[in-house]
Amino acid sequence: MNDMTKQLLSMISDFDEKFEGAFNIREDSGCAGRQSSANIKITDKKDLPGIEIHIKPGTKGEKVYIPACVTHGDVNDLVYNDFYVGEDADVVIVAGCGVHSDSHAEARHNGIHRFFLEKNAKVLYEEKHIGTGNGKGEKNIDPVTDIFLADDAVMEMDTVQLGGVDKSLRKTSAKLGARAKLIVRERIMTDGEEYAKTDFDVSMDGEDSSVDLISRSVAKGHSYQEFLSTLNGKNRCSGHSECDAILVDNGTVNAAPALEASHVDAALIHEAAIGKIAGEQILKLRSLGLTEEEAQDRIIQGFLK
Amino acid sequence: MLQLKNITWSIPDGDEIIKGIDLNLDEGKLIVVTGPNGGGKTSLAKLIAGIETISSGNIIFDGEDITNLDITERAKCGIAFAFQQPVRFKGLTVRDLLELASDEPLSHTEACNLLGRVGLCANNYLNRELNASLSGGEIKRIEIASVLARKAKLSIFDEPEAGIDLWSFSKLVETFEDLRKQQSGTLLVISHQERILSIADKIVVIADGKVRSAGPREEILPSLLKDEMFKFCPMGKEESK
Ligand SMILES: Nc1ncnc2c1ncn2[C@@H]1O[C@H](COP(=O)(O)OP(=O)(O)OP(=O)(O)O)[C@@H](O)[C@H]1O
Ligand SMILES: [Mg+2]
Repeated sequence: MNDMTKQLLSMISDFDEKFEGAFNIREDSGCAGRQSSANIKITDKKDLPGIEIHIKPGTKGEKVYIPACVTHGDVNDLVYNDFYVGEDADVVIVAGCGVHSDSHAEARHNGIHRFFLEKNAKVLYEEKHIGTGNGKGEKNIDPVTDIFLADDAVMEMDTVQLGGVDKSLRKTSAKLGARAKLIVRERIMTDGEEYAKTDFDVSMDGEDSSVDLISRSVAKGHSYQEFLSTLNGKNRCSGHSECDAILVDNGTVNAAPALEASHVDAALIHEAAIGKIAGEQILKLRSLGLTEEEAQDRIIQGFLK
Repeated sequence: MLQLKNITWSIPDGDEIIKGIDLNLDEGKLIVVTGPNGGGKTSLAKLIAGIETISSGNIIFDGEDITNLDITERAKCGIAFAFQQPVRFKGLTVRDLLELASDEPLSHTEACNLLGRVGLCANNYLNRELNASLSGGEIKRIEIASVLARKAKLSIFDEPEAGIDLWSFSKLVETFEDLRKQQSGTLLVISHQERILSIADKIVVIADGKVRSAGPREEILPSLLKDEMFKFCPMGKEESK
């Protein structure tokens, strides 16, 4: 693996010269290292570029790393990764993507991830995005995530993108079985001319399924963000989505949440708030000795934590 | 240590709220400002802290003219202000706020001491977010603790009693008395509470944007309690004869 990949890996995960346990490192559309463990098997996909990750039923406390790095311009990486998580397993999956370009050419990663969680399986999925390099070439990341939760399965998805990515289109869909639970926490900060769009479509098919979707974003400079979400309640279920955005400078945010309930016992709630940082918050921190700029940074840092 | 020289403040394109106030605060004393609602107490405190800018006059702090210093600079000079209405933050914890206030990481013991002075237990509160989940009295007491954490030369508390329970209030009165005993800075407390008035070194009555009377507690308090002072309409304006 090249040095740029190492750098990117340390930014998007707890990589420190190596990973413990199962991992697959994707570098510029190739493979820069792979290891399976006794319970987690990683194999090439047969028909498409990408891998299959099979996690044995009952696997507990293991972590699997599947980061992807694009280290120079003129790479347009497309990958299909499928995760099969066995019954009663409880694991952490660390994905994440770093894209670097020092040239005029575009560097793009497009990862299509499908998650199949069997009954009562639990996954914490962490995904950090970062763009680096001063090239004029755009750095783009377009993740697609399709989630299938069997009865009683729980998936927690934590996504972070705090800058450097010129354009990102995130599409996430999920289908939930009975008592299945999906928790999504998204944090995005854009600046300059960056554009980020997220689009969630969650279908609560099973009885007593639930979803909690929390998005916090900051749009600085002239950046533009769109937030779309549709929660479909097709059974007795509970859905909550919350979109909180802070505008700085000339940032723009467009939030279009939708709720669709086709069952009398579907309880769906949406909360959205967009605005600049409250003046009194800045004043309070300034009265503690922070400058206006320091106060703003501290408030944003806390908000996106 | 603080001198206000004929300060006035008008809201932009609007009324004059502070109508020429002269005031001298002595080092290490507990000064209580009281007076009717809407009389201008909070406005005065904001002008001292630099949250609002005076329209005319001068503010001298520790011998230095701070009239043109902004809020950050005044904070750095040693002025701290506990808001009448505390501010809430999504994503900042009680610990974050106290550490920003004291400008250094706090040990658990230090945090316990600070919160203890307003009747809160650090174990329950340090990691709480300063969001809407905190009750009114809780956030008020955290606000007060954030000012105590600054160990400022001048600490201003705007109605610290508002919304807090009897026990925390007693604790607070004790805390003010301790601070005064230790001579650790000057305290300017805006209050309507007799118990706070009764520990004041000096009482200043503000009504209708002016100092109605000011002097040692022994002099002012009896007439305040006898209601002699308020031959005013509810806004504190003098009744026309
Ligand atoms: N920004 C503002 N715009 C308009 N009016 C203001 C503004 N700030 C203060 N005022 C008015 O100035 C007057 C004094 O307000 P201030 O908050 O200083 O009163 P106070 O003495 O602190 O009252 P209380 O005891 O109720 O806290 C009030 O009539 C208030 O409505
Ligand atoms: Mg007031």
